[in-house]
Amino acid sequence: MIRVLLRRATAHFDQFLLGALIFTMLVALFVLYSASGQSMDRMLSQGVNIVVACCVLWVFANIPPQHLQRVAVPLYLLGILLLIGVFLFGDVSKGARRWLNLGVMRIQPSELMRIAMPMMLAWYFARREDSHRFSDYVIGALMLAVPVALIVKQPDLGTALLISASGFYVLFLAGLSWRLLIGLGITVAGLIPLVWPHLHDYQRRRIEILFDPYSDPLGAGYHTIQATIALGSGGLAGKGWLHGTQAQLDFLPERHTDFIFAVFGEEFGLLGDLLLLVLFSIIIARGMLITANAQNTFSRLLAGSITLTFFTYAFVNMGMVSGILPVVGVPLPLISYGGTSLVTLMIGFGILMSIQTHKKLVST
Amino acid sequence: MRSIFELKNRSELKNTQREQHLFRLRLGVLAVLVLICFGILAGRFFYLQFLKYDHYQTLAESNRISLVPIVPNRGLILDRNGVVLAHNFFVYTLEITPSKVANVEDTINDIAKLIEVTSSDRKRFKKFRDQSHSFESVPLRAHLSEEEAALFAVNRYRFPGVEIRSRLFRHYPQGTLGSHLIGYIARINDVDLKTLGENDDLPNYKGTDHIGKSGIEQYYEHQLHGITGVQQVEIDADGHAVRVLSSTAPVPGDNLTLSIDSKLQDIAEKAFGTRRGALVALDPATGEILAYVSQPSFDPNLFVDGIDPDSWKGLNESQDKPLNNRPMRGVYPPGSTFKPFVALAGLENGKREPPFSIGDPGFYTLPGSSHQYRDWKPGGHGRVDVQRAITVSCDTFFYGLALDLGIDKLAAFANHFGFGRKSGIDIDGESPGLMPTPEWKARRWKQKWYPGETIITGIGQGYTLVTPLQLANATAILANNGVAARPHLVTRIQESGNGVIHPVPVQIVDRLELKQENIDLVKQGMMGVTQPGGTAASIGAGAPYLIAAKTGTAQVVGIKQGEKYNASAIDERHRDHALFIAYAPADAPKIALAVIVENGGHGGSAAGPIARQVMDYYLLGKEPTPAPDAAPAATTTTEPEPHD
Repeated sequence: MIRVLLRRATAHFDQFLLGALIFTMLVALFVLYSASGQSMDRMLSQGVNIVVACCVLWVFANIPPQHLQRVAVPLYLLGILLLIGVFLFGDVSKGARRWLNLGVMRIQPSELMRIAMPMMLAWYFARREDSHRFSDYVIGALMLAVPVALIVKQPDLGTALLISASGFYVLFLAGLSWRLLIGLGITVAGLIPLVWPHLHDYQRRRIEILFDPYSDPLGAGYHTIQATIALGSGGLAGKGWLHGTQAQLDFLPERHTDFIFAVFGEEFGLLGDLLLLVLFSIIIARGMLITANAQNTFSRLLAGSITLTFFTYAFVNMGMVSGILPVVGVPLPLISYGGTSLVTLMIGFGILMSIQTHKKLVST
Repeated sequence: MRSIFELKNRSELKNTQREQHLFRLRLGVLAVLVLICFGILAGRFFYLQFLKYDHYQTLAESNRISLVPIVPNRGLILDRNGVVLAHNFFVYTLEITPSKVANVEDTINDIAKLIEVTSSDRKRFKKFRDQSHSFESVPLRAHLSEEEAALFAVNRYRFPGVEIRSRLFRHYPQGTLGSHLIGYIARINDVDLKTLGENDDLPNYKGTDHIGKSGIEQYYEHQLHGITGVQQVEIDADGHAVRVLSSTAPVPGDNLTLSIDSKLQDIAEKAFGTRRGALVALDPATGEILAYVSQPSFDPNLFVDGIDPDSWKGLNESQDKPLNNRPMRGVYPPGSTFKPFVALAGLENGKREPPFSIGDPGFYTLPGSSHQYRDWKPGGHGRVDVQRAITVSCDTFFYGLALDLGIDKLAAFANHFGFGRKSGIDIDGESPGLMPTPEWKARRWKQKWYPGETIITGIGQGYTLVTPLQLANATAILANNGVAARPHLVTRIQESGNGVIHPVPVQIVDRLELKQENIDLVKQGMMGVTQPGGTAASIGAGAPYLIAAKTGTAQVVGIKQGEKYNASAIDERHRDHALFIAYAPADAPKIALAVIVENGGHGGSAAGPIARQVMDYYLLGKEPTPAPDAAPAATTTTEPEPHD
């Protein structure tokens, strides 16, 4: 009896993916303990975050993709509405307007958009499955541009870039023609000089810092300098858990959130870093496999976007910590401290599992 | 039937297969992208952690390369003649980094055996420590003498985590002089940190402990602070600097030159004696503020080092309210100083045209009402025209005029003279005062406006409230024939680095079109005030230049109908405020001012002499001779003292 219940409860888990995720998050707990100055509280609180996120994962794994397809449009519209709400009435914190106070709780609508955006585009291109015309891509791009513009305005460049990426992956997988793609690339390159003066000072600084972190060693460059020192001094095998001098001696800022990878790299070295890349690759590979075997266009596009957005997070974060990408506020997925991003991430993986496990039911 | 279905199915199948194929191709492309990107990362890690390991290892080994901010010198504040009002000097401080010390209490006790550590030092240290992170250096003692510094240096090996630092301290050499306008700096607190963070200024404040909290120090914080430099220092295992590797010099803050004349300021402050009040004097043509007095004053040096609780209590709880910035935050009814503006409003609106005059019986009544609005002079002033109404401060004349004008027209006209509006002075926190209208009353009190309220507004009583700054500014606008220059204190900003001077331009904020004959008439009335027969005749006596003025009295407690005001019988703090506005020379105004002496009684006798001393010094360079009796000019006349 219990066995049956258990089987039913876990029927929609993809064991392989779940195993990889849980293993990564457990590793993350140890890194967090070190990065937070050996704070048991931090570790426990992240433990709670993980449990909550896993519950969310289970819930989403049990929602069949068809249901998601049905709520894609309302969810997207709700997201837009909330973003406009933020734009008009949002709470300002640290100079950015990202939160919306709904009286009972404060929410960050851009998080919702991370899921709603790929769902919406996947819905659109699934509906127009037979003939993707040029106009479809224009409409798709517009659906992408509106929320992205609202998020850029907050300003939250990191999230805006990642949501753009998630939308772009749907367009690309839906068959966006190469010619258009190259044209788009050239246009974007051409737009940079036009957009540059409109960026916030701090955003511009961050890009300048990338090329010369020592131009502002106390300000924006400080993060990059200290993070590369941490990584570099980790060497081949690392300084050992809890023995990273950069991390333990307060040289590293934001070291339990966006810069946690610097702690990881310092304490576990090149071997640890490569192992983490392998771990991420395994998760991504599994996601791609699920994508490739998905049964309908909506599932395919959504699964592909979720998998590749996860990759983008990891790449952007590790690139920024190791000093090859500008500093944007993007956490390292599964590793950085914080409940919100973890939950969003797990919703994504839940959807992946749902796409994988609901397949057989449909095909019979 | 079946075959058709199969056919359709087959083509669909083919289509789906083609699409699947295309999709997987695309997915494959992305997989390659993932591999390339992760390959780049792996390459970067290999570069950092394998190839450049030695380099970074050395850097991290000690983070021996420590980045030390070099705090820029804060800009100086000078008066118009170059007299220093705020500057910096170096002092030795003894500082403890709590995280590097095993037991902070024991350490302090050990230090106290070596050099003096008072109990208030300990209290302050505790306060600062609570506000700081454990790895931040917290000052225990400031102002170490050379001997103390040397003594500690010899014993430094005994105190890891304790260091002598040389820090810049702000000093206000003039002490209490002009402290309300100069303001002060104090230690950065959480609120400041939040503001700095929001403006993305935190990196530039690394190493900076102090920030402008009030006055010029606050308003011009951005200019005064400068740009923090940075030094790359090699440090040994204990964290002590061994060698400077490279350094970027800080850019010192800008020096500010004020329009204030500190000698004039001093004379004005001294003229108040022990009385409470405010004075603002400005140049009508430019809006430059020449003197800005708030009495009693305080010593801003107390705040720099962290004010000790006793001094704070003394300042904060004193009923004289020395911390109150009276010239711009103190609000008072303007009393009769408001009359020249009402007169001009009447003339400009065509409600009173010369040779209009009234016969004053000593009171005013609304038609159909028995309530008497009394004139300050029992029996009245007899025949009064516009000019004489100002000169003798005839209440009856202005009661009727205000009613004829109506409150809306009066308020709109007064707005042009800055009543009910912020003047725009370069200090934060200015009060806009209050120029009441029926809409304001409906909004504020949910009540309708009564004609009686219009009547008393005509003599500057009722709801109307002004700051001394507004009153001086209005006088300046009047003296300048309706052209309003923004009152300001800083006239020049000088970049310390290259000496480039940026003059602050004069800003004309309003230009009223006034009939010259109207303004001349009002000015004639004000000139009469300091002539024999005027309400402040003694103020004009013996002056080699013409003074246009107006006296005023603001009630602190109401007097009932039929009751008589008796200054000697009333508690000192319930006595009327004395007000005085003036500009001079009346034919070519160079200075316009407003004086308020709290609970001073009559404007002419209490506030007037202060104004005269200020004008004498500014126009003639004449310094006041010390008065034989310290008490304010007491009048011995038995006549009813002109109450307005």
